[in-house]
Amino acid sequence: MLDLQTVEMLEKKAKEIRISTIHEIAHLGKGHIGGAMSIVEILTYLYYHEMRINPKNPKMEGRDRFVCSKGHAGPSVYATLADKGYFPADWLLTLNKGGTNLPSHCDMTKTPGVDFTTGSLGQGASAAAGIALGQKIKGEDSYTYLIVGDGESQEGQVWEMAEFASTHKLGNLIAFTDFNRMQLDGYTKDVINMDNIDTRWLGFNWHVQRINGHDFEQLDYAVQQAKAAKDRPSMIICDTVKSRGYLPGVGVVANHSMAVSEDDEKKAVQALEGGAV
Amino acid sequence: MRDTADLANMKDAVMAAIIDLAEENKDVCMLEADLMTCLGSTGFKKKFPERFYNCGIAEANMVGVAAGLSSMGFVPFADSFGVFSSRRVYDQFFLSVNYAKQRVHLIGTDPGVVAQVNGGTHMPFEDIALMRQIPDLIILDPSDAQSCYELIRQAYESGHSSYIRAGRRGVTHRYPVGTKIELGKGIELATGKDVAIIAEGETMVNEAVKALDILKAKGIDATLVDMHTIKPLDTELVEKVAARCGRVLVCENGRYAGGLGEGIAAHLAKTNPVKMDFVCVGEKFGEVGNLAYLIKAFNLSAEDIAAKAEALAK
Repeated sequence: MLDLQTVEMLEKKAKEIRISTIHEIAHLGKGHIGGAMSIVEILTYLYYHEMRINPKNPKMEGRDRFVCSKGHAGPSVYATLADKGYFPADWLLTLNKGGTNLPSHCDMTKTPGVDFTTGSLGQGASAAAGIALGQKIKGEDSYTYLIVGDGESQEGQVWEMAEFASTHKLGNLIAFTDFNRMQLDGYTKDVINMDNIDTRWLGFNWHVQRINGHDFEQLDYAVQQAKAAKDRPSMIICDTVKSRGYLPGVGVVANHSMAVSEDDEKKAVQALEGGAV
Repeated sequence: MRDTADLANMKDAVMAAIIDLAEENKDVCMLEADLMTCLGSTGFKKKFPERFYNCGIAEANMVGVAAGLSSMGFVPFADSFGVFSSRRVYDQFFLSVNYAKQRVHLIGTDPGVVAQVNGGTHMPFEDIALMRQIPDLIILDPSDAQSCYELIRQAYESGHSSYIRAGRRGVTHRYPVGTKIELGKGIELATGKDVAIIAEGETMVNEAVKALDILKAKGIDATLVDMHTIKPLDTELVEKVAARCGRVLVCENGRYAGGLGEGIAAHLAKTNPVKMDFVCVGEKFGEVGNLAYLIKAFNLSAEDIAAKAEALAK
């Protein structure tokens, strides 16, 4: 269980990551803000409390690994990695610019700390299963953490991975669904309904929990429960708000990728600093 | 160096190479998609159960898992029928493996007409063209057991990913153990001056060897190259035989568009434009039949090769 001090530290970090993410995207003028903002607490919990990592040695043997299969959430992943010291913070202002090490979608060949390249939805899920399997073959006591989107879970490959990971009892694979109920074209319920997501994962024999994905105490409880379920992979379905912390995007269908002006940036940062979220 | 002379099937040569590599290298592992008994990877499973995983009928996930394993330091071999190893998993192999600079060896069995009685649904004519689009990928189509064995080992040593075309049942024994077989270097089987025949893969090299006899009877002295490595292309040898003969015929068990023939033509267009022709599959889908029927149906026979070579040589 997290103590109050830790929760306060994580909340402070989450706010900083949100502000950095807004700066990154505003500097470019537009970007995938919605899905980047909805996973900030998951990233913060993993990188500041849970994962065995060493930013000074990003490829440390035996480390825990993280795959953001919804690769378009790169901006908040980068904000987290920069704050952890994987690379200089001024790289953040190069997002998506020619020659950058921080491309729109996560790229392990460019960005220190990115454990796998993603961007074609569904593919990161299988890679994460392969990584978890590799950890098992090597006899490591490490974990692989994976985030998939709810829209992304419309991809068949996610379910190919689901049956593989449970068959091979990948108890060291702990996945999160960023259940923000939105995708590029609108609400998932209007595109492809994902509302029975819990029973789908249960049907594939995963250990399944459902939590508020913006609540650190719930994240901590769920991850510890997932680690205790050693005989099967875990899915933690996180109810989240797409664009959380960037108010102009909340509840807006176009928030998958949208313009962020200097004025938007200033107001959003002021709101976050003033205690919004 | 292992002698493959006693092996009865191409699949045995493939598996001998992978199993020997696995004996020598702890990083070698193998992934299957419910075709374990087809390629004969059962032997690998028995020897190295901790490094063998059957992914079931889910090829896209298999390639993704292979990519993840590669990022953990393993060197996975994965296989399926060529249609699935190419068309079905193209984006996974392109992005999760190659774009991500991971190292996976993907075997596509039953290339082109070799799919035979599995028919048109299982007949990859376009896999060469698809795989040629992937930067730094090695593409192999060995013409016999010994070269298959040697080239798979060299693909592993290269540090690159590869796509390997290979038949399963029966095999040609062309090269005795000890023959110099080098990835990326075609083998000259005949060094005539009238026309250069460049063939890829067991089916086409076998037909081309038969075509040499037909041509010889007509007084035509042909060069024959076994171009077992489709990528990287042995441009030095292509230029050499084009300069020698001034006429080049490319024979491939696959479709013209994007294939080896187009690759050679594009290279010669820049360096030494010569008269060319192609024995290959055109605007056609595959169909069912035995190998002898299909070779004739798709105009890939020794007679087809000889006729085109003769026309070029005139």
